Amino acid sequence: MKLIIAIIRPERVNEVLEALYRAEVRGLSLSRVQGHGGELEHTETYRGTTVKIGLTEKVRFEIGVSDHFVEPTIRAIMLAARTGEVGDGKIFVLPVDKIYRIRTGEQDSAAVTPVMVS
Amino acid sequence: MPKAVLNGSDLAWMMTATALVLLMTPALGFFYGGMAGHKNVLNTMLMSMTTLGFSLVAWALVGYSLAFSAGNALLGDLRWVMLNGVNLAPGQALSPTIAPVIYMAFQATFAVITTALVSGGIVGRMSFRAYLAFITLWIVCVYAPIAHWVWGGGWLGSLGALDFAGGTVVHVNAGVAALVAALVVGNRKDYGRQAFVPGNVPFVLLGAALLWFGWFGFNGGSAAASNGLAALAFTNTFLAPAGTMVVWALLDLRRVGKVTAIGAASAIVVGLVVITPASGFVPPIWGLVMGGLGALPSYFAMQWRARLPVDESLDVFAGHAVGGATGAILTGVFAVKAWNTVQNGLIAGNAAQVLTQALAVAGAAAYSALGTFVLLKVIGLVLPLQAGRAEQASGMDITQHGEEAYATGEGAVLVLPEVGAEPRLETVRAQA
Repeated sequence: MKLIIAIIRPERVNEVLEALYRAEVRGLSLSRVQGHGGELEHTETYRGTTVKIGLTEKVRFEIGVSDHFVEPTIRAIMLAARTGEVGDGKIFVLPVDKIYRIRTGEQDSAAVTPVMVS
Repeated sequence: MPKAVLNGSDLAWMMTATALVLLMTPALGFFYGGMAGHKNVLNTMLMSMTTLGFSLVAWALVGYSLAFSAGNALLGDLRWVMLNGVNLAPGQALSPTIAPVIYMAFQATFAVITTALVSGGIVGRMSFRAYLAFITLWIVCVYAPIAHWVWGGGWLGSLGALDFAGGTVVHVNAGVAALVAALVVGNRKDYGRQAFVPGNVPFVLLGAALLWFGWFGFNGGSAAASNGLAALAFTNTFLAPAGTMVVWALLDLRRVGKVTAIGAASAIVVGLVVITPASGFVPPIWGLVMGGLGALPSYFAMQWRARLPVDESLDVFAGHAVGGATGAILTGVFAVKAWNTVQNGLIAGNAAQVLTQALAVAGAAAYSALGTFVLLKVIGLVLPLQAGRAEQASGMDITQHGEEAYATGEGAVLVLPEVGAEPRLETVRAQA
């Protein structure tokens, strides 16, 4: 089991969601974050005051997956989030000790296997 | 003198104009509030809004009489204190065809917005109790005398200074007072170390738009009648900010390569300030030219101010004192007697008018600086003028008013009243 954390450009979120859906990755959370990854700062001017904005808006995905889902998930994000410019983001893959599904108490792989709602 | 008669159209226009100018004070709240940061927006907007309470009451009870009754060359007398004798009978010298009650209300809206303008100099740090004392007293001690000097029969009016709607009385006065207030109250604790970024630029644009709308009452109503002079002032109010906006946008393009929203909003306000003293005195084509020329001093004053160590960050001085002085002096250049029936300026052969105008600017600026300085020092003896470092850091909205502008409700736990006892603030704090 792994926890995949991906930091991507906000404008690529829809493409990444679509790619993950096609790869049948169903469970994920995302949050809006700010960060700095070597991209150019932009400047803003308010009358006589000039400010440099050093942080860029990013979106952070967190996806808990069972082992055989790790590769397809990474491939989906990598292809969908890439523009080739500095600032495309990072993917981190972390080991996970335990996973619990709160509703049923299922554990580990069973907890991250999607249930079909009929 | 013919028997004074109420004129229906004059009265109707002046009541409309009064309502228009009243709107300018909340509009200014949006203009300033948008430029304040997220954590100070309510505090900044309330600084404008509360002048409609505290300053307005002081004006009705005392200020109006001191400004507009005969008195002497320096100050009016007390005949209209507590609105005594402010009635429905026409025939008052400055507004012969309308009811004095309306003239009092119209002038009140001027006095109130001038007081609110000063608040731009002390955003983000002034203790609100001290602020309330300040706006209640400033309108009586600083605004009323200067209004008397120029409009109420005082020495600057007698010298022949032209100020149609308040270039010196309102704008030079407010701009200088804001700078002095910034110096006396002191900078925000983290000024010069942290970038202050406007929290809501759309509010700034909304405020500028509403100010322009209200300004038709400000300048047009300063004719005190529904006549040709009002029409001239109205049209100049229409044209000047347009000229300013074009010049301002070109200056912005040259400097940063982009036309900015705050620049456009600032240009509208500066154009209105510049045309205010001239609006009823100059032909429309010169009104337009004045708008364009008027952009230059304020634009460069704002660039220069940003490099100073004084936290006058909403540029009341650069916008209003510099813009008001520019307008007052250019009034002495472009006034044409054929249009205003009062006086010619430089281009019509009366160069001396420029000096009279400069003298009025200097007189208003000097008294405004002195009066504001003394008033704040006196208040400072009784109340702390500036909120503490921790209060400023948490934001003035929460620490001065116990409110948030953009609350999400997350983490807000409802405090239920205890049966039989009012919950006291200290217990609520202890639980939190």
